[in-house]
Amino acid sequence: MIRILHDANDTSLPTARANGDALWVDRPDVERATGWAWKPEGLCRDDTCMPLPRQAEPPITDGDRLDVAALWRHAGWPVVHDDAARIWVLGEGASQRAEALATGEAPDFELPDLDGRMHRLSDYRGRRVFLVSWASW
Amino acid sequence: MWQSLVQSTQESTQASRFIVIAVALDQPEAARPWIEAAAPTYPCLIDRDHRVAELYALVNVPQAVWIDEAGRMVRPPETVGSTDGFRRMDRKTFAMPAEAVAERQRVKERYFAAVKDWAERGAASPHVLDAAGVAQRLRVPDAKVAEAHARFRLAQALQREGRGDEARAQFDTATRLHPDSWAMWRQSAAKNERGLASGPEFWARVDALGDRPYYPPTEITEMSAPEGGSGPAD
Repeated sequence: MIRILHDANDTSLPTARANGDALWVDRPDVERATGWAWKPEGLCRDDTCMPLPRQAEPPITDGDRLDVAALWRHAGWPVVHDDAARIWVLGEGASQRAEALATGEAPDFELPDLDGRMHRLSDYRGRRVFLVSWASW
Repeated sequence: MWQSLVQSTQESTQASRFIVIAVALDQPEAARPWIEAAAPTYPCLIDRDHRVAELYALVNVPQAVWIDEAGRMVRPPETVGSTDGFRRMDRKTFAMPAEAVAERQRVKERYFAAVKDWAERGAASPHVLDAAGVAQRLRVPDAKVAEAHARFRLAQALQREGRGDEARAQFDTATRLHPDSWAMWRQSAAKNERGLASGPEFWARVDALGDRPYYPPTEITEMSAPEGGSGPAD
């Protein structure tokens, strides 16, 4: 079982396979693990598609499996893992984050309160929101 | 925590127009006693993986963002009323010079007055920035910072699985990649009996800042009219 952490998601995949820096994910699992759908034109999300690098060596696809770690590195996004724990993090790229912030829109998120109830920032649309960070440390 | 701010805005603003959302960049059980003691009337959310810090490029607490009714940032993440006065603290007695205490109080009051003004007046407040003003003040991540956030997230997951050594290695790499983030460093640093990451390593890291601020100051223009002095009833 490999756990893939991406965005707000924590996906456990029994058939994913790690091999060094490669992380092979089966086609049906790619979207829920990565947020990108694997289509003939490439990896697609919302209105954007990224073509897969066809000449990659080693190859980024193997039949119906995709090396998502190679894809991430090809895109310039961070991918880190711990082999003993079998946990991989597919991180957000700096330029993606910078572009999102440049729109001036407050990034949406969903977090729990102490009772475990989930709150989205967008639940409070229509009000002036003072969003403040704090910590016990 | 923020209850006094909430109460002071509720005196003059319809409750439905303004809300505080407090996000703890913290473990739930460390945050719990503080939240329970505050008995807050606003949402207190727990962000143990520091997701909001990544999304908004936060590096410390307390930092706040002002978000208007349409979901746009009208002030980017900024220091909330804190100053670097604590760096003048006597590290044995914990006493702060009186003028540093007074300055901190003045900065805090000025900031909170600005928040209250915005809560009441919205876009008419002089403290609201336009898109260019927000963009100019925004911190944006580079590739090292992006990797640091991924490693921090991995470290927290490893810690929760009891893999302390592996977590430590990831925390150390994360803080090396993102040295400006006090949130990452303090979350992962050794804590004292009160849960504070304020031991010798913390002070050494603060001293290493030299002239650079721990809390970058927030530029708030002084309010020109006294509070309540320009209302229609006057």
